[in-house]
Amino acid sequence: MAKLTETKHREPLFHVVKRDDMPEWKAWLIRVITILVGFLFVGILSMAVTQKSLGDTYSIMFTGVFGRLLEGSTTMLWKYLQEIVILLCLALALTPAFKMKFWNCGAEGQALMGGLASIFCMIQFGEKLPYITLIIVIAITSILAGAIWGVIPAIFKALFNTNETLFTLMMNYIATQIIAYYVYIEGGGSNVINPVPFGNFPVVGNNDYFVNIAIVAVITVFMFIYLKYSKQGYEISVVGESQNTARYIGINVKKVIIRTMLISGALCGVTGMLLVAGKDHTINTNLVGGQGFTAILMSWLGQFNPFIMVLMTAIVVFLRLGVAKVADTSLLNSSFSEIIVGIVILMLVACEFFIHYSIKFRHNKKEVKA
Amino acid sequence: MKKLAKVLALCLAISMIALCFGACGGTKDQDDNKPELKVGFIFLHDEQSTYDKNFMDAAKAACEEMGVEYAQKTQIPESKDCYDAAVELIEVDGCDIIFADSFGHEAFLIDAAKKYPDVQFCHATGTQAHTAGVANFHNAFASIYQGRYLAGVAAGLKLNEMIDAGKITADKAKMGYVGAFTFAEVMSGYTSFYLGAKSVCPTVTMDVKFTGSWYDEQKEKEAAQALIAGGCVLISQHADSMGAPTACETAGVPNVSYNGSTVAACPNTFIVSSRIDWTPYFKYMIECVQNDKAIDTDWTGTIETGSVVLTDINEKAAAAGTKEKIDEVKAKLLDGSINVFDTANFTVKGEKITTYLADVNTDKNLEKDTEAIENGVFYESKHRSAPYFDVEIDGITLLDRNYG
Repeated sequence: MAKLTETKHREPLFHVVKRDDMPEWKAWLIRVITILVGFLFVGILSMAVTQKSLGDTYSIMFTGVFGRLLEGSTTMLWKYLQEIVILLCLALALTPAFKMKFWNCGAEGQALMGGLASIFCMIQFGEKLPYITLIIVIAITSILAGAIWGVIPAIFKALFNTNETLFTLMMNYIATQIIAYYVYIEGGGSNVINPVPFGNFPVVGNNDYFVNIAIVAVITVFMFIYLKYSKQGYEISVVGESQNTARYIGINVKKVIIRTMLISGALCGVTGMLLVAGKDHTINTNLVGGQGFTAILMSWLGQFNPFIMVLMTAIVVFLRLGVAKVADTSLLNSSFSEIIVGIVILMLVACEFFIHYSIKFRHNKKEVKA
Repeated sequence: MKKLAKVLALCLAISMIALCFGACGGTKDQDDNKPELKVGFIFLHDEQSTYDKNFMDAAKAACEEMGVEYAQKTQIPESKDCYDAAVELIEVDGCDIIFADSFGHEAFLIDAAKKYPDVQFCHATGTQAHTAGVANFHNAFASIYQGRYLAGVAAGLKLNEMIDAGKITADKAKMGYVGAFTFAEVMSGYTSFYLGAKSVCPTVTMDVKFTGSWYDEQKEKEAAQALIAGGCVLISQHADSMGAPTACETAGVPNVSYNGSTVAACPNTFIVSSRIDWTPYFKYMIECVQNDKAIDTDWTGTIETGSVVLTDINEKAAAAGTKEKIDEVKAKLLDGSINVFDTANFTVKGEKITTYLADVNTDKNLEKDTEAIENGVFYESKHRSAPYFDVEIDGITLLDRNYG
């Protein structure tokens, strides 16, 4: 990012300067306004395309997310929460790595490997192990699988300084192919694995997703404390700010990189487990459905703060489900939803940019100098 | 401070507008308690996939014709999302019938059917209804092998024309086929296509390549190009993109298409296309629910029900007399004097087969469980609606295999 443009003979038309002077409340006010404007924009754009009134549009969006909540039905609310926690869990998993400036673009693959470990245990040990033991085995193997998939690029980064962005991306493709092959073996000719009735997370109070939501709630709090109050969390920040400073004050950078990616991968593995054991009870290459990449944005927009991430994922999932409903009701192409969500995310990113940087024009600058 | 006040005012104004619209919209959709029937459709993709578009067009047409309400959920993966979509269509939209269009939706739809015994669930291409024991869950398919057979006849006539014109010799009459996966639905399709061609052009042979995907334009194109380079003089396909048809148009090789006409993009090479028209089934299931009749556990659409149809023949590419010949063969299929998988018309490793156990009941080990040949005919779609013909017959060479 062009933070400072060097002044040569002639000053450029404008340049971007970092600003640290904006008070917290003002930054938040700008964010809230952006979100409101975003929602208004979504409504108006939908209205223009669907020829429905703005009120109807918001009403349909609300129904798409919460269903008949106003009449006392919570079914859709739980589904909404489930969608949030999956995206959130991936965002949480990426956060320690990003904070360390390790660009983990492999959440997709790490989660797939976690999911693969889950389904493998469910199929292989489902009938042999007692329920509790099975769940423990599923949890351990899924976490391990995700961690291993995450730590391989970290080891190469630490030892040979390879580019982790490319490495983690490539690992995604490998994971996808492994899943495809596994589905071929297990699914036989039909290319589909039927849901496995063993090792499924328990249904709590008639609710399929309660366990998933509870697990991610715990992880959210844990991650907040880990990043903010633990020594390891501090080491992550220092390595992220400057590896040289970290080395100077005696932090073993290699160790921190590897340890952090173990955690990042492990949490992605957990997400895979939540998707397989807690939701689908089967697997296919589309298990994560690209959310590993959306999570990157969620982590950034949440400014590496788990609680802000909750808010951001809630907004993005609301838009995704709500606009999808608008599209389905008006028989629009489903890309409509993706376009809208994309635009709003872009608005949020732009908003963050203007909170942290300001643009100074040449003309202005002269005035200031004079 | 003034600036702040401005910003605050703007913020308040926007939120008021949003709130106001949100509030007045909240009460609108509650007056829909009239007892009209509503059908909810679950699609794997959207209209950009020819496979889903074929279902969507039929669904809208059937609902309009029957005067019932239509609701849809697109982009629903083959996961618990299918179950959730069904729940949403029932609880939020108030649907009385749920239909899903993809093979992998089946298990999740069965789960939903168990939860909502008063709602009827219909599923295309599935295989488990006859063994699941869930009364409100039903499978449907069509005897598309008959349509493929007719399309094969058109292909055979084209080959004959090439032979007569001296473009190729009779022993060089080789067709190419781009398939998605090496399993029964595709194998049944290309075999019936081949047998149709063979019924008019006895020397025909065929090469098959698989892409391992239902929709991959690039791979389908490459497969078609490889087949053409390998000496195939006519191409057909069972995959959903425009890959193979456009490769044929570029190379000037005749193409027999699937799922709908590709004549607009391929005016010089498109001969004819077979497809399943789902409108008759949708009308049937709506009628059943309207009249409180039970829907068949396994429903197989045929030429007779209007489920198996051919598009218009492209006179520019097709051989002369194609339409007349197809009508003649169609009549024979209808009166039963021709059976597509008559064992007299094909051999396996040089011998006629008299018995074949097909995998009809779904189980993990793909056990062969049902005798499919009776009176010298392999009866496809008799023991369940989805295809189960997976015999590899002489004359067809599988250049590769892809199970997904």
